[in-house]
Amino acid sequence: MLNEQIDITLSISDKWEAEDLVLRNIVKTFDDRRGGIVYAVNDISLTIQKGEFVTLLGPSGCGKTTTLRLIAGFEDPDRGEIILGRKNINNVPAFERNMPMVFQSYALFPHLSVFENIAYGLKVRKIQADIRKNDVEMALQLVNLIGLENRYPGELSGGQQQRVALARAIVLKPKIILFDEPLSNLDAKLRAQTRIEIKRLRQMLGITAVYVTHDQAEALSLSDRIVLMNKGKIEQIGTPEEIYNKPESLFVADFIGNANFLEAVVEDIGEESVVVSLQDRQVKIVKENTCSGLMEGEEVYLIIKPEAVRIGKNADDFKGKISSKFFLGTSMEYEIEFEDSIITSIQPNSGDLDMSIPAGEEISISFNKNYFQILKKD
Amino acid sequence: MSSGIVLSIRKHRNDLIRLVKEPVLLFGLSVIFILLMVFIVYPVFVSARLSLFPEGKFSLDVYKYIFTHNRFRTAITNSILLGAIVATTSTIIGFIFAYALTRTKVPGQKIFKSFVLLPMISPPFMFALSVILLFGRNGLITAGLLGLDRYNIYGLKGLAIVQTIGLFPLAYLTLSGILQAIDPDLEAGAMNLGAKRLRTFMTVTLPLAMPGIFASWLLVFVGSLTDFGNPMVIGGDFNVLSVQAYLEFTGMGNLPRGTALSILLLIPTVAIFLFQKYLLRKKSYTTITGKSTRRAALKATPLINNLLFIVCLIVLLFVLMFYVTIIGGSFVWLWGLDWSFTLKHFAYSFDVGLETLKDTIFLAVIATPVTALLGMLIAFFVVRKSFPGKHVMEFVTMMSYAIPGTAVGIGYILAFNKQPLLLSGTAFILIACYVFRNVPIGVEAGIAALKQISTDIEESSTNLGANSTYTFRRITLPLITPSFFAGATFAFVRCMTAISAIIFLVSARWNHLTVLILAQTEIMRLGVASALCFVLILIIMVFIGIIRKVIGLGQEKIFGTVS
Repeated sequence: MLNEQIDITLSISDKWEAEDLVLRNIVKTFDDRRGGIVYAVNDISLTIQKGEFVTLLGPSGCGKTTTLRLIAGFEDPDRGEIILGRKNINNVPAFERNMPMVFQSYALFPHLSVFENIAYGLKVRKIQADIRKNDVEMALQLVNLIGLENRYPGELSGGQQQRVALARAIVLKPKIILFDEPLSNLDAKLRAQTRIEIKRLRQMLGITAVYVTHDQAEALSLSDRIVLMNKGKIEQIGTPEEIYNKPESLFVADFIGNANFLEAVVEDIGEESVVVSLQDRQVKIVKENTCSGLMEGEEVYLIIKPEAVRIGKNADDFKGKISSKFFLGTSMEYEIEFEDSIITSIQPNSGDLDMSIPAGEEISISFNKNYFQILKKD
Repeated sequence: MSSGIVLSIRKHRNDLIRLVKEPVLLFGLSVIFILLMVFIVYPVFVSARLSLFPEGKFSLDVYKYIFTHNRFRTAITNSILLGAIVATTSTIIGFIFAYALTRTKVPGQKIFKSFVLLPMISPPFMFALSVILLFGRNGLITAGLLGLDRYNIYGLKGLAIVQTIGLFPLAYLTLSGILQAIDPDLEAGAMNLGAKRLRTFMTVTLPLAMPGIFASWLLVFVGSLTDFGNPMVIGGDFNVLSVQAYLEFTGMGNLPRGTALSILLLIPTVAIFLFQKYLLRKKSYTTITGKSTRRAALKATPLINNLLFIVCLIVLLFVLMFYVTIIGGSFVWLWGLDWSFTLKHFAYSFDVGLETLKDTIFLAVIATPVTALLGMLIAFFVVRKSFPGKHVMEFVTMMSYAIPGTAVGIGYILAFNKQPLLLSGTAFILIACYVFRNVPIGVEAGIAALKQISTDIEESSTNLGANSTYTFRRITLPLITPSFFAGATFAFVRCMTAISAIIFLVSARWNHLTVLILAQTEIMRLGVASALCFVLILIIMVFIGIIRKVIGLGQEKIFGTVS
């Protein structure tokens, strides 16, 4: 590939000096219209290690963007500390933080050419013209934009604009790059491409990154760790696999992967496993998939992902009825009436034209027990 | 909640810390605050003090006198009556124009659009002068064509006509903004549900435009109330507040009474302004978005189209007639008696007016860029920065637009006549008056422009390492340049056509062309007055023409910044 032949002299200072970024008990409030106070970020603590790609994930209004803006210095925390390396940077103005951000809206300067846009930060830093030119050209190569340097942002496609924004950030050899939903203005195909691009760049350059998104596919595929946020608080921090497979709260289970919630009652708590009753049957669940503080007789949720819900014909399985189906291309999604609720099952596309089960059909359901998770109701 | 208070204190402290980190910003803010206080708040304060403490002791005697004497009471009721009439007629005409030019396909829209705003760039009492030439005792129409003897146009009649001509463009601007913002799909929807045209208009278009109609009425009302030039020239026995204030203050030398009258003018003006700005705006149904996707307006029936066209055409011809009259008046020997061609008025104007003309242009040329720059700077601070006292800054600036010129003039004379602020008689007092009276125009233009630039763009500049100053210079300023020039142009026009405030401030050394024209009109040298008016209009047109050539601005862009 072309890119592998590029000698990355951009990172003249080698892997640029990276440092841990620590958020300690950060609180940020805004005044609401009625004179009250809204907690946008409510007592968040988080450590982002050097070289790490951390994603802040959550629904809109969860405080993820505010957190990013606090890191960038666009907002000041009401309380708490932001620490880079060993230094508290609370009072370092945004323009001295050297944490370039890639904006959702690209935020390119419409009156400057591509070249000037990318050179902007270097110029602010009074980098000599020849070095500047060299760096910009290197950045242009990295994002495959050679030849477009004299265009203006208005003359570029959305994907190209986003790559200019990316180049404008990496050309500064920053300690940390911030991404604010950089892909959400792109169409599906470009989004996938740019996602690959970002992954490639970060592997090549070893950037520390804080990435904000509401798209779980982006978060799962790009991140080293995901910070799942809700209502200004952190719900769970973990690797994509941990977040997906071992949700620690109902919110996480619901937000990631559309898990099904089955009502169950704790029967017996043993050394290695917990037994719960689901309808009239007993299900044994290994200890690591349960949560602490369970009591016998307690009503809990059994969490199961749609892909672990199998549809079969075995007589001793649970019974259900297909209420509707959605063909998604790679898979078939069924909505199933199960007891008093509706649960979702996803079956991989088998390639048969008549593989699907029609709506209204009585079916039997079995669950892949390794996937079961117990979460307290509250 | 005490933790809430703690948080809000922290927030202010954070704002302060930010300021201290950027000394240029802190310095700029402080200077602006001081200037606003000295040149906007302080004069009003001095006026209020003089009217309430006429002899150093608190007393309402001055106001009591005003409210118990017929001359002043009629001035108040006359002002209100005139304002109500003019506001109503202007709003109706303005609505017809706005509707015709935004909601229909009336022919000649381009031409209409380019002429309808003409009265806004004309000297304040040009129409009064013109009306005297046309309908006065020796008027071309009254005496010449109709043969009426000693027809009297002075008073309410004449005033209502000239103010309507002068102010309907303001109504048009306000209303065309509102009408444009009404989605044609709503009207289509009403028709789709079975409503006929008239019903659609009455049940959808008109109700949606109602806040705008109300706003326009109020704006014109204030415009009429604060107008000084027209009543001075054509008011006759019809007493109005602004003229009474001037006569008391300068003519009679009764400073407390003149001041009190100016305060009486100020109170309703400011009240209406505040109402308009903070209440009416919130009630408005339409919000103007940046979307440029304008669907085609519904086709009106030929009958409606023709009717609208004819009305607009008549109004426009009427307006143009006034201009032609002024031009004609400046070239004939003696209007009404001797129609032979002459250039003597120009020669005489040149003799008496050349120095004044130079002064006028000089002062405007100095004041305009200062106004526009200051306006942009304030807009930038107000829209983009967070600092303690931000709302005060915005409020005071915008307020200055609402203070009647008469009150400003009186306030300036009272406030700046002794050390350390001895400014009366200097060019500086006139420039300061221009700058602070017009700075809201610059601010509005700037705010409109800044709101179009997403904050992301400025933030990304900061994020890439540029501080506020650098960002403003390299990113914000280039992007708001067109609006900057639009604001500057309008400010220039206002400097060139000012009268109500500066008539108090001119001196033997620093005079203004409008004051000279007024003087010539009063001594019935109408030919000279016409010639001077013509020259003034020409200068303004040339200036606007140059600006438009250079940066390609439309008229609406320039004047759209007012309402």
